[in-house]
Amino acid sequence: MEKRVVFRSAWLPYALLAPQIAVTVVFFFLPAAQAAWFSFQLQDAFGLRSEFVGLQNFEALFASPQYLQSFRTTAIFSALVASIGIAVSLLLATMADRVLRGALAYRTLLIWPYAVAPAVAGVLWAFLFAPSIGIVTYVLRRAGIDWNWIINGDQAMLLIVIASVWKQISYNFLFFLAGLQSIPRSLIEAAAIDGAGPARRFWTIVFPLLSPTTFFLLVVNIVYAFFDTFGVIDATTQGGPATDTQILVYKVYYDGVKAADLGGSSAQSVILMFIVIVLTALQFRFVEKKVQY
Amino acid sequence: MVERRPGLTLLAHSVLTAGVLLVAFPIYVTFVASTLTLEEIMAVPMPLIPGNQLVANYSQVLKAGTTGGSQASVGLMLFNSTVMALAIALGKIAISIIASFAIVYFRFPLRNFFFWMIFVTLMLPVEVRIIPTFKVVSDLGMLNSYVGLTLPLIASATATFLFRQFFLTVPDELAEAARIDGAGPMRFFIDVLLPLSKTSIAALFVIQFIYGWNQYLWPLLVTGDESMYTVVIGIKRMITGGDAANEWHLIMATAMLALLPPALVVVLMQKWFVKGLVETEK
Repeated sequence: MEKRVVFRSAWLPYALLAPQIAVTVVFFFLPAAQAAWFSFQLQDAFGLRSEFVGLQNFEALFASPQYLQSFRTTAIFSALVASIGIAVSLLLATMADRVLRGALAYRTLLIWPYAVAPAVAGVLWAFLFAPSIGIVTYVLRRAGIDWNWIINGDQAMLLIVIASVWKQISYNFLFFLAGLQSIPRSLIEAAAIDGAGPARRFWTIVFPLLSPTTFFLLVVNIVYAFFDTFGVIDATTQGGPATDTQILVYKVYYDGVKAADLGGSSAQSVILMFIVIVLTALQFRFVEKKVQY
Repeated sequence: MVERRPGLTLLAHSVLTAGVLLVAFPIYVTFVASTLTLEEIMAVPMPLIPGNQLVANYSQVLKAGTTGGSQASVGLMLFNSTVMALAIALGKIAISIIASFAIVYFRFPLRNFFFWMIFVTLMLPVEVRIIPTFKVVSDLGMLNSYVGLTLPLIASATATFLFRQFFLTVPDELAEAARIDGAGPMRFFIDVLLPLSKTSIAALFVIQFIYGWNQYLWPLLVTGDESMYTVVIGIKRMITGGDAANEWHLIMATAMLALLPPALVVVLMQKWFVKGLVETEK
């Protein structure tokens, strides 16, 4: 889509674009190019010299069991966050779409976790589940479950999944509610007249019509689990116990900042950028092919 | 609702109530913990009724942080977070709105090139380019400053897109009329376009304020100095050891202070928030 009416000026558009482009070049393109450049280099232990080593950093990564393990951890983590988050929010949104009275009140009460920082969400849940003083731990122990995420990898994973899903529910909920409200009532009514019950209407009409929203949220939730959950993890498990919850983005940070392995960390950055680009491209392809209502 | 099914409506209300309670539970426990003494929290199970330490705990953290670990004042941290959130939100809106104005209302060489340049940044979250970005900022001498804290996060493809989408829906007749009346582009922008964009600006403001307030990794790297901590970083710095070593009553008071401002923004500006969220991302 283009404007018919435009203004003419030889310099003004460039001046208007200048701030945005300047920030983009200095803080996006320069660092991204540097990451790509570092990823082909090997630095000595003191960061004094570096030499060009081609794809050696990448080869080392894919030969490293820890890195492959981190891939697996990320896959499990994002699959859990996305599927649980989407399922719970879809259930809540469907129910909110059904009630006439109080729908807005429910919405208000459900959306505010969006405002909670991931790191703060991590701290809140870590407190509830704290091995010695946590109130949920106490209840679990009374029920005969020995809970200690500091030493149990599966429980640590469960903790970060719960905290991440809790924070993301409001976002998914809003999109599902908007999607549900845009489904024409006439379709639902027609099905009801034909004798389809609520469950059947949901699976044969509502759910298929929601598929663009569901797909969009699937991608958004995966991206969220890949990157935005850094705060949740750093405030709770810090990748532990051992490396049981070390997802890819946490490993980039750990290797680059804590272990000061610039080449290896940059190579991981490049791989992550590649993953983001694929996910974004996927999203755009499917968003454009939106199902017609 | 197409037919009366009281059973189903009851089910809907109970599921929603359960959802609301589940969502609110961690915050309630946090609030209760922030009104207790440390001894009361340590006595497992901690009470679930608010105690009487509310004023004591909150004034302690606002003035001097925790007594053991980090002693940076949370009052200062809240100020830093506010500066950061406002600078990011307003900065993003300012540079994006003029950039989209240029892209929509002018024809000039390299227009598409610039557009794509902004577009691809959509794909690069801070987390994947932290170390090189940190190097750039440190080379520019911006560590431990508000500029270093905010400027790298100000470029925003989403805001540029939202404004572009909106400008494209503004009727051409308005620009035509302005031109016939002899108004230059900037005059048109200030007198016509800006007032029309109010809703989009409000919506973006809410989203970006929360984005700025909740930043974690970037401030963690850039603020080595206690006086530059944002409140989210401050909480992390207060957690020093195992369960028993932390001053949980003070940490929880800080957590409440950290989540109240953005939560209030979301709830009070709900209309714009929902609009902004659903529109920027689609």
